[in-house]
Order: sequence, then C-alpha cells, then structure tokens
Amino acid sequence: MYTQGLNQGPDAADRRIEDAALLQRFQERIDAEERIEPNDWMPEAYRRTLVRQISQHAHSEIIGMQPEGNWITRAPSLRRKAALLAKVQDECGHGLYLYAAAETLGVAREEMVEQLLAGKAKYSSIFNYPTLTWADIGAIGWLVDGAAIMNQIPLCRCSYGPYARAMIRVCKEESFHQRQGYEIMLTLCRGNGAQKEMAQDALNRWWWPCLMMFGPPDAASQHTDTSTRWKIKRFTNDELRQKFIDATVPQAHFLGLTVPDPDLRFDEATGHWAHGAIDWEEFRQVVAGNGPCNAQRMERRRRTEEDGAWVRDAARAFAEKEKSRHRAAA
Amino acid sequence: MTSIRLAETPLLTYVLRRADDALVLGHRLSEWCGKAPLMEEEMALANMGLDLIGQARALYTYAGEVEAKGHDEDALAYLRDERAYRNLLLVEQPNGDFALTMVRQLLYAAFADPYWRAMMASRDATLAAIAAKAEKETAYHLRHSAEWVVRLGDGTAESHARIVRALEKLWPFTGELFETDDVEREMIAAGIAVDPAALRDTWRGTVSAVLARATLTMPEDGWMQSGGRGGRHSEHLGHLLAELQSMQRTIPGATW
Repeated sequence: MYTQGLNQGPDAADRRIEDAALLQRFQERIDAEERIEPNDWMPEAYRRTLVRQISQHAHSEIIGMQPEGNWITRAPSLRRKAALLAKVQDECGHGLYLYAAAETLGVAREEMVEQLLAGKAKYSSIFNYPTLTWADIGAIGWLVDGAAIMNQIPLCRCSYGPYARAMIRVCKEESFHQRQGYEIMLTLCRGNGAQKEMAQDALNRWWWPCLMMFGPPDAASQHTDTSTRWKIKRFTNDELRQKFIDATVPQAHFLGLTVPDPDLRFDEATGHWAHGAIDWEEFRQVVAGNGPCNAQRMERRRRTEEDGAWVRDAARAFAEKEKSRHRAAA
Repeated sequence: MTSIRLAETPLLTYVLRRADDALVLGHRLSEWCGKAPLMEEEMALANMGLDLIGQARALYTYAGEVEAKGHDEDALAYLRDERAYRNLLLVEQPNGDFALTMVRQLLYAAFADPYWRAMMASRDATLAAIAAKAEKETAYHLRHSAEWVVRLGDGTAESHARIVRALEKLWPFTGELFETDDVEREMIAAGIAVDPAALRDTWRGTVSAVLARATLTMPEDGWMQSGGRGGRHSEHLGHLLAELQSMQRTIPGATW
C-alpha cells in the first residue's frame, strides 16, 4: 500500500519516531478540518477503517437494489415504474462511485466484491427484510432512505476527501428518493381502505428494523471512539437514531399512521420523542446471517456474478484481441 | 378490474402498436435489474428501459387523446388483455441470457432508429415530436447493443456460440418488423406513418455490418413468425402482463 510506501525508513527506530511525528501532523490536519486526500500520509488503521466503511456502504447500495427491484415489474402505474427503475439505477450508481472512492485507498473493486461474495464483508442489515407489498416501496424510500440520509449528511464532512465528495452527490439523490417514498405513502394513505391498510402494515414491519440501521447503542459500539477522533463519524449511533425518530414521528402522524411502539411518547423536558426498547437480539441475528432474506440476497448476488462471468470473459478476450490488432496495425 | 374495450380506429391502433412495442421491451429490460453481468450494464440496461418506458408513456397518452374516452396511459397499459396488445412478437421474447437480450435489442433498434428518424417528418405533429425524442434514444440503443454483439461475437468461443444461438432463435421474429396491413397502409397514405417495408434494406445493411464485425454470418431468411400486430402473441406475453398489471387488477380503481 502506498500509505506505507511513503513511510519506509531505513531503520525501525527511525520509522517509529517518524510515524509519531506523521501521526501528530495527521491529527492536527484532522482537527483543523482539513481534508485528507489519497496521496496524503495516513495511519494504516485510518485507511483500514475507511476501506471497511466505504466498501460496506457500497455493498449496501448493490444488495439494496434487490428488495426494491422486487417491485419494478409490478409497480402499479407507469410513472411509478419509471421512478422506481430510475431509483434502483441511482443506487447502482452510488455503489459504483463508492467503490471508486474506496479504490483511492488502494483496494480494487474486484477485491471488495470478492469479500462480499465470500461472506466476509457486511452490508446494511435492513436489506435482509423482504418487500411484501407495494407500500414497502414507499416505506423504504421514506424510512430507509430517511435513515440513510441521517447517517450520510454528516459524512459529507468526513475527513477523507473522496468519501466526503461522493456523499454530497449521494445525499442529493437520497433526499429525492426519500421525498418520492413519502409521496407514495401519502398517496396510499389518501387512498382506499386496502391502500391505507397496506401503508400501516409496511410501517409496522419497517419501523424497528430502520431504528436498528443506526447500529448498536453507544455503550456497545466498537468503532465510535477512533472514528470520532478521525472525524469519519461526527455523531454517535444513538444521537443519529434520535434525530431520525424526532424527524419521522411527526411525518407518520401527518400520514395518519400509528408508529408501532406503544412506549413512544414526546418528552417535554428534552424535546425529543422517547422510544421503547429495541430488540437487539433480532439485530444480532440479522447481522449474523439469520435475517429473513440474508441467504436469498447472497445467493442472488453470487448467481448474478456467476451468470455474468462468461460476458466479462468475452469482454476481456475481445479487448485483448483489439489491442493486438492495433499493435499489428501500428 | 374488468379490462377496457376500445373502439379502434386506424390511428388509435397504429399508436397503440408503437406504444406496446416500447412498453413490452422496456419491461423486459427492467427485468434485468439486479441481474446484469456488470454494474456498468445495470446502468445501461436501466437507461434503455427508462427510455422505452418514457416512449410508451408519451404514446399511450397520445392514444388516450386520440380515443377521447378518458383512458389515460395507465388504463391503456394496465387494463388491456394480451389479445388487445399490439406489439411485435420480437420484443416480448424472454430475456434469455445477455447475448439474447443484446441481439433482441440490436434487431429492434436497427429498425426503430431509422423508423423514428423517418417519422420525424410525419404529418401528425405529436407523433413527429415523439419520434424526434425516440430517435435520439434509439440511436444510443443501437450503438450500445451493436458494440456488445461485436464484443460477444468476437470474444470467446462460448460467447460466440451464445450469440449464434440467440440470432438463430430471434431471426424468425424479424419479418414482422416490415409487415404492412390495412391500418399501416391507411396511415402511410395519410402521411402519418412511414412504410416499414421501405426500411428493410437499411435494416439489413446495419445488421449485416454489425454481424460482419462480430465474425458472424447473417442467418438465412426462413419462415417468419407473425401475429403480434393483430393480438396473436406467443405464450410469453400473458405472463409478462399478469405481472405488470397485477396491482391495478388486485386493487381496482385506485390512485397510485
């Protein structure tokens, strides 16, 4: 890796002194809100953390195409069909530029995809839940993209430049998706009885998994401390979860829907919505691979890779032939 | 919901035929979502699908105006049975592998591109405007599918064999592209439509040039399948429509 390549001294002791100086300079730059760019020196742990986070984010976009893709062929109107196809296409686009952002840290897209397919890399737990009705498409846009925005807006100020810049574009598109999802819910809630029932059912199923998207409670989170010091992360899991709840509960009320949490109440003293206990055992199980769709999502991704192998082989073979033809002509 | 019945005039039938072509092919491309061999192809297939669905929407909206019975784009797309669909058999053929999808796209786009270009001179101002947009989009679809057919034809032994199979399978559906009947003739005579038969040489020229670059030989014309324009489809269309129309049929009369 070039981050280490820049850091090779003739002697181990010299290197440690140099490392300490570089590390101090690095932290000063972070503290001064400077952006770290690909060719800048960075600690190996910083690089590793970012590769893990950005590639997980990219994988989430790619796996996330599946639950929504499940409704493209059944969207109830041509306008909805086009909007959903365009949205899922956006997600693929997000995946592509996130992989590109991670590649600036010296890891190839193929390598990251390989890790996903081998089950060594994670993606967002939310995509292991099934989309059972059309209202789920509305709920995903409204809640899942809403939660993603809460997570991602602070990442636009992430200390690593390429990630921060990718996030600015992703957030613009996500906020459009979120409005689109809410508008689907609004249309359903203003519709007939069957449509309203569908909307409520979707909220019932997606609410708790969406709260889990922010990750374990602060007390149990492994990565928060260093990530905060390096300004990769600017808010804790619980802070972001609370922001999401505070923003979303009034939206649910506006729709005339009931949030499926009997303990939910507005706390006048704090100005926040207090929520009931989250079932962290469910979260652990889904992350461990036991969610309703984990096996299906991975199987589909692996099959897609396998089915496409001959196409990629052919494209490579053709490119080689073209190269030798050009050489012969030159 | 009960299917709608239309009193088809030649202009209405004519517009529905083109709308159905675009929707059915756009729907087929949308079925690729999440299954493409490369992420870049996910983007491209979705783009082409979106172009075609957009063309279908403009054409259905116009068909609704021509009929003037209050049917909007969704009524026309979601509430007609397969026997009322007027698309070419070629576009309803299942995706198969990536080779089949790219050959299907090439065979259609090599026709649709010059067709829409010629339609830009239609006496019908709405159709001329739709054609101007569709032509730009179809030119890209043609380039994209041609590049892939070349790559796969001249790629590996396996990709070559797959392209050959796709060509053999789809060739019998190409005759229908150039068919004319009373509806088409009336529209041609009125200066509204162009004669598809007049585009046959252009189409052959385009396809044979691509196939030559792809190290493939042009299949011989044999028996050609026909019937889509009159609503006599392959068994595949019914399944496509059952899926496409399911929500509108399950919860009828709702706003989505």
